[in-house]
Amino acid sequence: MRVMAQMGMVMNLDKCIGCHTCSVTCKQAWTNRAGTEYVWFNNVETRPGQGYPRRYEDQEKWRGGWKLNKKGRLALKSGGRVAKLLGLFASPVQPELKDYYEPWTYDYKTLIDAPLGDDFPVARPKSLITGKDTKITWSANWDDDLGGAPEMGHLDPIVEKVRRESEDKIKFAFEQTFMFYLPRICEHCLNPSCMASCPSGAIYKRVEDGIVLVDQDKCRGWRQCITGCPYKKIYFNHKTGKAEKCTFCYPRVEIGLPTVCSETCVGRLRYLGLFLYDADRVTDAAAVTDEKDLYESQMDVLLDPFDPAVAAAASAQGIPDDWIDAARRSPVYALAKVYKVALPLHPEYRTMPMVWYVPPLSPIVDLLSDQGHDAEDSGTLFGAIDALRIPVEYLAELFTAGDTDRITAVLRKLAAMRAYMRGITLGQEADVDIPASVGMSPESMYEMYRLMAIAKYEERYVIPKAHVEQAHDLEEMGCSVDFEGGPGMYEDSPFGEASGRPTPVAVENFYALKDRQTSDTASGAATLRNRVNLLNWDGNGAPAGLFPETRDVPRAAAASPADLHGPVSDSGTGAGTGDGDSAGTP
Amino acid sequence: MDLLLWGVLPYVMVAILIGGSIWRYRYDQFGWTTRSSQLYESRLLRIGSPIFHFGLLAVIAGHFFGLVIPMAWTLAVGMSQDFYHLNALLVGGVAGVGTLGGILILIYRRRKTGPVFMATTRNDKVMYVVLTAAIVLGLWTTLASVFEGEHGHNYRETVAPWFRSLFILQPDITAMAAAPFSFHIHTLVGMLLFSIWPFTRLVHAFTAPLHYLFRPYIVYRTRDKVPGAVRPIRRGWAPIGTEDRTRDKK
Ligand code: HEM
Ligand code: SF4
Ligand code: SF4
Repeated sequence: MRVMAQMGMVMNLDKCIGCHTCSVTCKQAWTNRAGTEYVWFNNVETRPGQGYPRRYEDQEKWRGGWKLNKKGRLALKSGGRVAKLLGLFASPVQPELKDYYEPWTYDYKTLIDAPLGDDFPVARPKSLITGKDTKITWSANWDDDLGGAPEMGHLDPIVEKVRRESEDKIKFAFEQTFMFYLPRICEHCLNPSCMASCPSGAIYKRVEDGIVLVDQDKCRGWRQCITGCPYKKIYFNHKTGKAEKCTFCYPRVEIGLPTVCSETCVGRLRYLGLFLYDADRVTDAAAVTDEKDLYESQMDVLLDPFDPAVAAAASAQGIPDDWIDAARRSPVYALAKVYKVALPLHPEYRTMPMVWYVPPLSPIVDLLSDQGHDAEDSGTLFGAIDALRIPVEYLAELFTAGDTDRITAVLRKLAAMRAYMRGITLGQEADVDIPASVGMSPESMYEMYRLMAIAKYEERYVIPKAHVEQAHDLEEMGCSVDFEGGPGMYEDSPFGEASGRPTPVAVENFYALKDRQTSDTASGAATLRNRVNLLNWDGNGAPAGLFPETRDVPRAAAASPADLHGPVSDSGTGAGTGDGDSAGTP
Repeated sequence: MDLLLWGVLPYVMVAILIGGSIWRYRYDQFGWTTRSSQLYESRLLRIGSPIFHFGLLAVIAGHFFGLVIPMAWTLAVGMSQDFYHLNALLVGGVAGVGTLGGILILIYRRRKTGPVFMATTRNDKVMYVVLTAAIVLGLWTTLASVFEGEHGHNYRETVAPWFRSLFILQPDITAMAAAPFSFHIHTLVGMLLFSIWPFTRLVHAFTAPLHYLFRPYIVYRTRDKVPGAVRPIRRGWAPIGTEDRTRDKK
């Protein structure tokens, strides 16, 4: 047993409102640069829909991921090592820009510079690739909210597959349609095929936390990884000639902060935490013959952090104690392995993805309530899950390699939780038959509800800090590590605030944001050191220094906004009571 | 003059090639890439690039045979001069024409495909001129020997000995000086090409990823000791816009 730690994410799809906040904040943080205009490390696609890049799930065309060769061993779908080298000069299958979309901007300048005339000046769209006028024909979420589904819905590879296999057709007629949002980032797979495809060996998995990164210095632009990744979550920066991918916001995660997409998620549907897994078993687990067994084998690779043998092995492998502890509190482990409601996306690609999804019950609930049924009743819901084959089959193609039994089991759990909690919320006697009908105890069902509905910031994001003790030894870095957490951070230097080396603004923002998200009061003077950083000001109260001091309002009073504006604690916390609402009514 | 061209220049070229490559490798890992343009255009690239590269690899192999292996050796294993020559003409000719055809397709593609042309730097243009010149002149020497037939020039008695003599630091200048003009100019352009090599995208050839055949599929690596948040800002973070497409044409 070789125990390794892996940062993982779970997304609860029922709560996603498709607002694209995660995509936009991610883009601002990471791909807001020349050469990555078309790149969305995080994108949110409406399903059914073609996805981004278009039809990326059609692996007969794109040849991403792994397959089993004749001997039953894992082989890259895009070909062996020799074939890859021979195909290096021009990749046989690589998405072009038109498969993503041609990024554009607008010629805003003419709005200001246009000479006086009779016509209104217009900002015309300009291609960011050629700089010329362009016609906008597609984008990363062109088919958002089923836009164009009657004409283009059949282009979704999964719709195609489900249609081929069942007599019922997925219809895009208004009354029968269903939809949900699927936010996607890199899966930080345990068995990544991007890495295996890289001729230079520039893509690596970090030993400490399993984050998959591209070494920008080692990458030589052979662009095989782009073909290799079945999720098409590795991109070619056409300006630098290097591959780039989601970084799991490692600079943030290293200091204990959630990724940008999680931090800013409006639905608060993302969970971050650790998995412990057995690295020795990964290859075998990815090579089971029947695709439908891949989910089980992936679960087997995940280790139980409460098992003393696992903890001992983890310690022996050098995993620090606070990490093992974090693995025990990990919400992603709980959702994936304890409650078994989170499923991997496309396990059949055999990459062992580590971003998991709680499948949405909403397609079924929506159809039920549209037909005037009580969508909170466990009997009605169970019946509907069995009857509404099309949404279930569709979800099964996404999350369980087509195994509808497994997806049904998960959906029933979610339905049971919904019905059970409605009873309790309405003040009725708790109906213990409901949890029992899905094989759960009332307590564990309540715990699951708590985690999925009202978990606070610290419960949703259990991120142990990276151990950078060694960095102290490095002469140059001695100073910057002072920015790490701990009581000493932001200490004023002996020669006054502005002396010494400046705190990088990013670090200051990290801590101020964290403080804001986790404290019960408005961001205090403590993190801002009596200065006002408007970037961090959360709008609550009036921090000292925002306005010039006057005699009438002494400084001390202004520093305590509660006195001026009444209680501010609710809006000041990261997880307010609002979460409770979104649990049952996505 | 001959001394300068065939006695000094080659060593200058080697110094630039090796020194330049080491310098680039140490200080510009980030710029060391193929700068693939397949994202913009795939159809023509998939025709042109393999023809060009495979042709080129054959041409390189041909140069190796012609220049490094002494005539006496091939004669010794019973390969007649005529047979050798015919072979060199056929294989070399085919490879050369393929390379030239390939690069013409690539250049046409570069000029005609908007985004690819936009992404072509001045550095690329210079490189293309020198590279194409070297290929054309090389083909010329080959063709010339076809037309001259029997009486053609046997470079294995002039250029090749000179080439080998360079390695023992006793350049055989008279041998090279005796070669015809076409060979002279091809060699000079070739040397120019190698001198600019380290400073162009051609460096990608030096890191041909043969180790891919042997490395394990999954790569684990420990984290950098320096936390990510305090690393200095690096290249590749140029702001977005339409102007950035023209700004850094080097
Ligand atoms: C054997 C090792 C080599 C490999 C694996 C290799 C691979 C590649 C690759 C992947 C590209 C990028 C094509 C694209 O997607 O746009 C490329 C482009 C190019 N290579 Fe090579 N190459 C090799 C050797 C060479 C050599 C020896 C030369 C020249 C003297 C050369 C000249 C070029 C040129 C000129 C281009 C640019 C083509 C264009 O886009 O117009 N390569 N090569
Ligand atoms: S999802 Fe991420 S880790 Fe997995 S193959 Fe794709 S790029 Fe690699
Ligand atoms: S921010 Fe959250 S709710 Fe909004 S699209 Fe992203 S994942 Fe969905």
